[in-house]
Amino acid sequence: MKPAAFCYHAPRSLPEALAILEQHPEARPLAGGQSLMPQLNARQVTAPHLLDLNRLDGLDGIEEAEGCLRIGAMVRQAALLRSPLLRRHLPVLVEAAVLVGHVATRNRGTLGGSLCQLDPWAELPLVATLLDAELELAAPSGTRRLAFRDFAQGPGRNALRPGELLTHARFPIPAAGTRQAFVEIADRPNDPAEAAAAVSLRLGAAGEVTSAALAVCGPFPMARRLPEGEAMLLGWRPGADPRPLVSGMPLPDAADDDRAAMVRVALRRALERAMA
Amino acid sequence: MTAAEAPAWLGRRVPRIEDAALLRGRGQFVGDIVRPGMLHARFVRSPVAHGRLLGLEVEAARRAPGVRGVFTAEDFRPHLTSPELAVAMPAGAIRYVVNPRVLAADEVCYAGEAVALVVADTPHAAEDAAALVRLDIELLPPALDPGSALEPGAPRARLGCADNLLARFTVAYGEVAPAFEVAPHVFRDRFHLHKGGGHSVETRGVLAEHDRVDDMLTVWSSAQMPHRNKGVICAALGRAEDRVRVVAPDVGGGFGPKFVCYPEDVAVPLAALLLGRPVRWIEDRRENFAATTAERDQLWDVEVAADAQGRLLGLRGRLLHDHGADTPYGIALPQNSATNLLGPYVLPAYRLEISVALTNKVAATPTRGAGRPQGTFVMERMLDRIADELGIERAEVRRRNLIPPLAMPYRTPLTTRDGAAMIYDSGDYPACMADALRLAGYEDFRARQKAAREAGRHIGIGLSNYVEGTSRGPFETAAISIGPSGQVVLSTGASAQGQGTATVLAQVCAGVLDMDPARITVRTGDTAAIAQGLGAFASRQGPVAGAAVLQAARLVREKALLAASHLLEAAPEDLELVNGAVRIRGIPADRLSLGQVAQVLQGMPGFPLPPGLSPGLSSSVAWQPEALSYANGTHVAEAMVDPETGRITLLRYLVVHDSGRLLNPSLAEGQILGGVVHGIGHALLEETLFDAQGVPATLGYPAYRLPSAPILPWIEIHHRETPTPLNPLGAKGVGEGGTIPAAAAIVAAVEDALRPARIRITQLPITPRRLRTLLAAA
Repeated sequence: MKPAAFCYHAPRSLPEALAILEQHPEARPLAGGQSLMPQLNARQVTAPHLLDLNRLDGLDGIEEAEGCLRIGAMVRQAALLRSPLLRRHLPVLVEAAVLVGHVATRNRGTLGGSLCQLDPWAELPLVATLLDAELELAAPSGTRRLAFRDFAQGPGRNALRPGELLTHARFPIPAAGTRQAFVEIADRPNDPAEAAAAVSLRLGAAGEVTSAALAVCGPFPMARRLPEGEAMLLGWRPGADPRPLVSGMPLPDAADDDRAAMVRVALRRALERAMA
Repeated sequence: MTAAEAPAWLGRRVPRIEDAALLRGRGQFVGDIVRPGMLHARFVRSPVAHGRLLGLEVEAARRAPGVRGVFTAEDFRPHLTSPELAVAMPAGAIRYVVNPRVLAADEVCYAGEAVALVVADTPHAAEDAAALVRLDIELLPPALDPGSALEPGAPRARLGCADNLLARFTVAYGEVAPAFEVAPHVFRDRFHLHKGGGHSVETRGVLAEHDRVDDMLTVWSSAQMPHRNKGVICAALGRAEDRVRVVAPDVGGGFGPKFVCYPEDVAVPLAALLLGRPVRWIEDRRENFAATTAERDQLWDVEVAADAQGRLLGLRGRLLHDHGADTPYGIALPQNSATNLLGPYVLPAYRLEISVALTNKVAATPTRGAGRPQGTFVMERMLDRIADELGIERAEVRRRNLIPPLAMPYRTPLTTRDGAAMIYDSGDYPACMADALRLAGYEDFRARQKAAREAGRHIGIGLSNYVEGTSRGPFETAAISIGPSGQVVLSTGASAQGQGTATVLAQVCAGVLDMDPARITVRTGDTAAIAQGLGAFASRQGPVAGAAVLQAARLVREKALLAASHLLEAAPEDLELVNGAVRIRGIPADRLSLGQVAQVLQGMPGFPLPPGLSPGLSSSVAWQPEALSYANGTHVAEAMVDPETGRITLLRYLVVHDSGRLLNPSLAEGQILGGVVHGIGHALLEETLFDAQGVPATLGYPAYRLPSAPILPWIEIHHRETPTPLNPLGAKGVGEGGTIPAAAAIVAAVEDALRPARIRITQLPITPRRLRTLLAAA
């Protein structure tokens, strides 16, 4: 469990990092290293060049911008838990972040690392899917913005072009009165989820659901939205039993029935919690 | 024990003398030891479960940068007295003694078996080069499932064995068939009991160095049995015993697998000899999963016969044991399962036919509990079955079957693996269970359960009793020496893996010599410190090495008093040993320190020693227990089950145990706590998996699930102390009792939580998915 030799780059600034990446497009960016380093040690991944992002400035802030929370890619998962801005505006992201890995891995692991890694069971991509997050991707030619749904292409596969780095993610701040919740079912707390569900509901004046977002992960290649389920929720009123609704929701592509059943349990509990 | 020898330090919560170094990061584990010119080893291992090894191409690896040597079985052959390790343990029933090979040649029999050794300047270079070794393997069909492995025409796990039946034997007594004929109630169950590995924080590791000046081969090894390893190394290399030293330095956990002497324990020293440089190998976690022995699967098919009152009349059935590919530990593991099934109960007739199957997996050898948890599980679950079927409360069924205290010592009709009668020496089993039930609030539980159910929570309670044969022999050693410095050096054949062994032994010694245990230097696990020794297994070191220390300390004390009586011109009975010095009673000023006594006993050229005394203030003892001493206990678990998801939450866990006199309650509690956690893993989480071709599928901790702090309940421990008559300290072992009954208690609690649904859990571990399947079928 010793890694194969690699060339290690430790740039001090984003332009410097992008210049190295231009020179070595095959370089693997190293953020928190909680997935990459074990894989390198086990030689499941070999990378001739490693681009360490830990010394870059300006990627570890959380700020309000244009109705969003703009979060730097190098913000540690542990910092998500401590952020007053997140607690106030996006508690659902905090609820999810508690379930990411363990205390020790959260101290190093980053938001950006998790969004790029795209493990099928990962909590933070699930929230990014739920909230339609938008990403800022930097290249020497400039920065482009890309919706997370277009960025996430499959387990471990993202839409970064050669030479690009993820610098920030923008999570829309929900309108007042929005109800959100995150529920995960795992064998042990912090195990990869068997199933997880996140919900975001807006209620009308009469308390009925006027818009809904549902995102789930578990028996799928990666986190996904449930557009049919969202449509079914419109007009639903809190207090009504969510069971018939949830049991009727299509779960396309679920790998097996048993885990699909767990997705439904997570969904129902998330709806109950959001409305509690 | 007389008042003068009152072991003032025994039974006290003495802080561990080991911790000052360990907590400051000054421990010396194998991975911390660096020798000048040290090289690093990497093993090339079979990637397949079974195959003919047609060829090995090592030239590319030999030419790789930094490589100092690449060795195959052929390279080693001229330097070994035998290509196999001489580790077999005697067992009459064994049909094939399959000793592990230092490096495999011709045939590979499990994925992870070592076939070549690469030594290089750095671990990285060694791993780079190891990847360049090409194996030419012709795949052979593997024997994986122990059941089908024993069917006629099954693929053979080893071409050298005619079939896969490693052993078949019967553990039996009493009139079994008549018991079943007359029994009003007979119940049958089949159990698939998996048990996992040892999973010590520190993996294995070996560092070997040959000193040419004195032709001494020193081997530092993360081992439980350094003296035994030394014997195997001497035999394999044909080196005289005074030219090999094996040291188990600080060891980060043993739990059974480090009992075994492994191929690496010989291969690394041989490489160091051949290269003339120190060589270190640190096992990585993936190797630990693939190549370190662990427990695995047992399939039980049993029937129990009971009378109308729920009293046991007989138990019979079959046990099929997945043994793995070689026999580094004989067949003691299924033997333990079979004999420990009796537990604390009167079982009039018993017959268990045991089949042990060779399979193409790493050998199964004991981990904490050593097969006993499975035997206990079967007995306890059959008692629960009787209770439920007959409508008798589960604790009441046990009360009706427990061995009464007046029957002690209780001679079971069984023999232990050394052929001796299995005799429970002491203990009050009904009182122990009664304590546990009272402390757990067992009587109130049904009311609590009802209230919880009304609030939508499914909670249940489970109960399990056990006995454990501890303090296994044949002996353990202790030597005490005091020189003019006055320093007390206590050497023992016991070895320490983090249990606090040094502290306990120092307490015993300090009690006799009346001094602070922290002033005693304890040397464990070093063959240079003491010639003979065994080490860590079978919950034995506290009592067995402790008894040796007690005797050795008494001898030193007597000698010191006798010598001082000459020097102080006083009768020995007028002397006392206080605070590490001999003084005349009533005249505290007239005193001699132990160092001064030692100075005199060291001798003065040309002058006589005090009359009747041999040289040196020292002693050496090998204490031999006459039989196993049996610890016992009762565990009560409360669990909450989420019927929708199958998630199990342990709410409470209570232990009442009787391990004889406690030498250090804090250390005993540490052992029990760790044992219970191991048992929780056994019940709920831990599972070593293989793919359809027999390649390990659990190679790390995301896949292999250990119990972690967030899932643990508060674990409450209560002591009972019935001294064993078999040991001068009255102490019994305490290392495994935490694990033995845990799975049975937890599974019973889970079943209870789901009532009135009648769920019968017969497979371990009980994962949420398995529980969901059972619930769906209920």
